[in-house]
Amino acid sequence: MFDRRLIQHFDWILLLILLLLAGISILNLYSATYAVRDIGGSQIFIKQVYWYLIGFAVFFFMTTFNYNVLEQLAYPAYFVTIALLVAVLLVGKVTSGSQRWLSFGPISFQPSELIKIAIVMVLARFYSRRGGHQGYRLRELWQPFLLIMIPCILILKEPDLGTALLLVAASFCVILFSRVNWKSLVILVVLALSVAPFVWHQLKDYQKTRILTFIRPDMDPLGSGYHINQSKIAIGSGQFWGKGFLKGTQTRLNFLPEQHTDFAFSVLGEEWGFIGSVSLLLLYLFLILWGLNIAKTSKDKLGAIMAVGIVAFIFWQVVINVGMVIGLLPVVGIPLVLFSYGGSSLITTMAATGLLMNISMRRFMFST
Amino acid sequence: MKRSDFNAVSTGALNKQLTVATLFVLAVFGILILRLWFLQIVSGSTYRTKSESNRIHLQDILPFRGMIFDRKGEMLVGNRPSYDLYVIPEGVQDRGQLVRELNWLTGIELKQIERKFDEASPKYPFKPVCLKKDISRGELAVIETQRFNLPGVMIKIKPQRYYVFKTLASHLLGYLGEINEVQLKSGQYPANKQGDLIGKSGVEWKWQSFLNGIRGGEQVEVDAAGRKLRVISKKRSIPGANVYLTIDKALQSIAEKALTENKGAIVALDPNNGKILALASSPFFDPNLFVGGIDKRTWQKIISSKEYPLQNRALTGQYPPGSVFKLIVAIAGLAEGVIDPEEELVCKGVYTLGRQKYRCWKKYGHGKVNFHKALVESCDVYFYKIGKRLGVDKIASYAKAFGLGKTSGFDIGQEEPGLIPTSQWKLKRFGIKWQAGETISTSIGQSFVLVTPIQMANLMSAVFNGGILYRPQVTERAGKNGTEKFYEFSPTAKKVKIKDEYLELVRSALIGVVNEPGGTGSRARLKDITVAGKTGTAQVVSLKKVKDLENNDEIPYRFRDHAWFIAVAPADKPRIALAIIVEHSGHGGKVAAPIAKKMIKCYLGVRR
Repeated sequence: MFDRRLIQHFDWILLLILLLLAGISILNLYSATYAVRDIGGSQIFIKQVYWYLIGFAVFFFMTTFNYNVLEQLAYPAYFVTIALLVAVLLVGKVTSGSQRWLSFGPISFQPSELIKIAIVMVLARFYSRRGGHQGYRLRELWQPFLLIMIPCILILKEPDLGTALLLVAASFCVILFSRVNWKSLVILVVLALSVAPFVWHQLKDYQKTRILTFIRPDMDPLGSGYHINQSKIAIGSGQFWGKGFLKGTQTRLNFLPEQHTDFAFSVLGEEWGFIGSVSLLLLYLFLILWGLNIAKTSKDKLGAIMAVGIVAFIFWQVVINVGMVIGLLPVVGIPLVLFSYGGSSLITTMAATGLLMNISMRRFMFST
Repeated sequence: MKRSDFNAVSTGALNKQLTVATLFVLAVFGILILRLWFLQIVSGSTYRTKSESNRIHLQDILPFRGMIFDRKGEMLVGNRPSYDLYVIPEGVQDRGQLVRELNWLTGIELKQIERKFDEASPKYPFKPVCLKKDISRGELAVIETQRFNLPGVMIKIKPQRYYVFKTLASHLLGYLGEINEVQLKSGQYPANKQGDLIGKSGVEWKWQSFLNGIRGGEQVEVDAAGRKLRVISKKRSIPGANVYLTIDKALQSIAEKALTENKGAIVALDPNNGKILALASSPFFDPNLFVGGIDKRTWQKIISSKEYPLQNRALTGQYPPGSVFKLIVAIAGLAEGVIDPEEELVCKGVYTLGRQKYRCWKKYGHGKVNFHKALVESCDVYFYKIGKRLGVDKIASYAKAFGLGKTSGFDIGQEEPGLIPTSQWKLKRFGIKWQAGETISTSIGQSFVLVTPIQMANLMSAVFNGGILYRPQVTERAGKNGTEKFYEFSPTAKKVKIKDEYLELVRSALIGVVNEPGGTGSRARLKDITVAGKTGTAQVVSLKKVKDLENNDEIPYRFRDHAWFIAVAPADKPRIALAIIVEHSGHGGKVAAPIAKKMIKCYLGVRR
C-alpha cells in the first residue's frame, strides 16, 4: 500500500529545518522561563517539548495520505471550523479581555488556528478547479472574498486583531498568486482604504492605543509603549554576540513582557545577539523559500496553491511577530510560529508543514 | 483535474508568480535584518546602557553624623534608630482590612494610609511605600507582635539625629535642616545632595563638614517589579567626625533651669583660657523637632513667635549694660588719672547738668562715696561725675580695649558686635553732635551702649585674670588625631594694656559688691568661696516714664528693667567667669545674682 517512492522522496531538508527550529525554540523557552522555573516556569518548557512531540506525530500523520483527498474534505472542514469559531463566541473561555479558547474537557484550543488550514484548503480547492486564467476580475472574486471574510469577522469579534489581519494577508497572497486582474486589484485596494476608518472605529481602545503607540512609542514609555521599548532594549542590548545563554538581564529580571509567547524572539535577540537572531531569521527564510520551491515542483495546481497558502501563513506570522518585537509593526498578539510557547499554534503549524511534506513527497506521483 | 491543464499554467504563469513571491520574501527579510543591524550593531551600546540602568539601581548609604559631647564626654547629640513604617503593595492580601488594622494599631488616619497607597506606582509593586516615619516605641511593639496579621508591612530602620537632652544647649548645638538650592550650588557642601540634612546653626552648622561624614552607596540589581534581588557592589559610608565641646552639661542645665521662667541668657567661661563652660539662651527650642522634616505649622509657630526662640541671646542679644558698664568707666577713670581712689564725692540722689537732672538709683543718695564704695553700692552719681571728667571717647577707647563694640571671636561665630558710641560715631550716624548729657547716661551703661552677654563674661574674665582677653571658644576637639579632619583647642589671647594695680582696685571693689555690707550683689555670696561680681539694672525705657511706679510689678512687662549680674569665682584664683541677663525682671542683685551663686556652687563643687 505504502509506495516505496514516498520514502525515496522524503524531504529530509524540510524535516531538518523543523528539527532545528524545534531545538532552538525549546532552548530559548528554557531560558525565557528560567527565572520563574520554581513557580511553574519549567512546566512551560517541558510542556513545549510535549507539544513538539505531538506536533511531529501530527506532522508525520499528515504525510500518510495523498493530499488530493483534502480537496473533497475542504468545505466540510471549513464549515466545521466556522462552527467552532461561532462556538467560541458563545461558550468560549474569556482570558484577559478576549474570548479565544474553546475547551473540551481538559483540552482547550483556539479554533482561530484551525481556520488557517481550512482557509488554505478551500482556497486551493476553489482555484485549482479553474484552469489557465489570465487574471480574475472582481465579480469572480466574491466567492473567495466571502470565504475569507466570514472567519475574519468572527475572529475580530473575539477580538483577535492579529489573527484576523494574518488571515487577510495570507489569503490575499493566495489570491494574488492565482492572478488577479490589475484593475480589480486597484479597486480592491481603494475599497480597503475606504473601509479603514470604519474598521478603526470598530477597534477596541487597547487596540487603538497599540497602533498609536507604534507610531509614537515614546508617547507613554511606562504605559502601552512599555512592551515595545523593553523589547527593543532587550534585542538592542544583545549587540553582536549576545549576552549569553541564560544571561539576558531583560529576560531574567522580567523587564521583557510575554517573554515565552509573543516576545520569545526578543529573548533570543538579547542572549544570542545579532548572530543568533539573524541565524533564526535565515532559517525561517530558508523554510519559506523551500516551501515556495515545493509549490513550484508540486505535481498539480492543488498542491501548488496549498503549498503557497501554507508558506504565506508562515511568512506573515514571522514578519508580523518579528516586525512587532523589533518595533517595525504595531503590537498585535501574534506568537512567533514554531518558536513561541503555545500548543494550538504549534500543532496547527506542524500539521501545515506536514501537508507541505506531503506535497513535496508526492511531487513525482501523478494522479490520473 | 488533468495534469496537462496544470502544466500550461505552472510552466509560464505560476513560475513567474513564484519568482515575484521569492523576491518579495527576500526583500522583507532584508528589511528585518537591516532593522536588527540597526538595533543591535548601530545602537547596540545605547541599548546595552539602557538595559543596565534598567536593572541596576544606585542606592545611597547615608553616613552616621558625628556625635557631639560635653567636656566630660557625656553625649549631647547622637543618632538613634528611627523606625519607619513601610508597606510593600505586592505583599498585601486585603488592602481594606490592612488599612483598618493599621489605623486601629497606630492611629494613623484612614485617609492618610489610603492616600499613601494610591501614590504608590502600580509599575513597581515591590517598591516599599512609606506610611509613617519614626513611629513610636509603643506603635513599633504593637506592629511587631501583630506582624503575622499584617502581610506586606515592614519596618525600616534609619539613623536619626537625636538631641539627648532635648532643649539643653539648643542654641549652641544648633539644628538641622534640608539643604537648600543656594547651598547646593555654592560648592561649600561637596558631600551633600538634595534632600540631605545639614547643620543650619550653632555647632551643627560650624562643624558641618566634620560631622557630615562621607556617603556610601550600593548598586542593587532590581527586577521589573522593583524587587531588590542582590547587591552588586557596595561602598560603605564613613561616619562623620565627633565634636567635643568645652561645656559642662551639669552647669548648662543649671543655667537653663534658672532661665525657664524668663527670657535671657547666661554665659560661663574659664578665665584661664576662654573655654566656654555654659552658654544658655531662653526661650529654648527642641532641635529634635527639626530632624526628619519639621511640619509647616510648627515651623511657622517658631519663627513667628515674638519671643524669638531661635535667637541665641548669649551671642546676638544686644542689651544696654546698665551698671555693669561702671567697670569700664572705673578702669578708664583710674588709668586716665581722673579717679583718686581716696577722693570722696557726694551723692544726694540726683546729679544736675544744665537743666537736666540725672537720678541715682538710691532716691535719697549715698552721701560721701569713695571709689570702692561707689562700685560696691553702685552709686550712679559718682560715675556721672567720673564720666563727665573722662568724656565719651575716653570711655569708648577703654570699652573697646576690653572687647566691647565688636564680636568676641567666638569660634562658632553667628555673633553680634553690640555698640560702643563715640562722638564721631554719633555725628556720622545721626549728623548731630554728641551731647554732654549723653556722656552722663553712657557712664552708667545707658544711652546708646549695647553689649552682648558673651562680651560681658569675657570682660569680667579679663579683669580677674590680669587683663588677658581670651577669644571665647567652645570646641575642645573635633575629629580624630592624625586624620585630615582634626581640630584641637588652642587658646588665643590679647593682653589689654592696663596696669594691674588699677585692675586690683576694681577687683577688690567687686569682691566688696558681693561680700561687704551694702554691696548690691550680696545674694551671690558663698561661705567658702570668694565670689566677686557686679550687678546691673538696664533700663529699657527712660526712667521718666516709669518714675512714679516704684513697685516693679506695677510696670508693664515690656518696660521693666533687664537684670544683669556678672561674676567671677574664686576671686583670688578665678576658675569661672559669668555673665547673666534676665530680661524684664528688675534688679540684677535680686534676680541674677542668685543664679550666679547656684552656678558657682555647682561648678566649683561646693556642697549646700
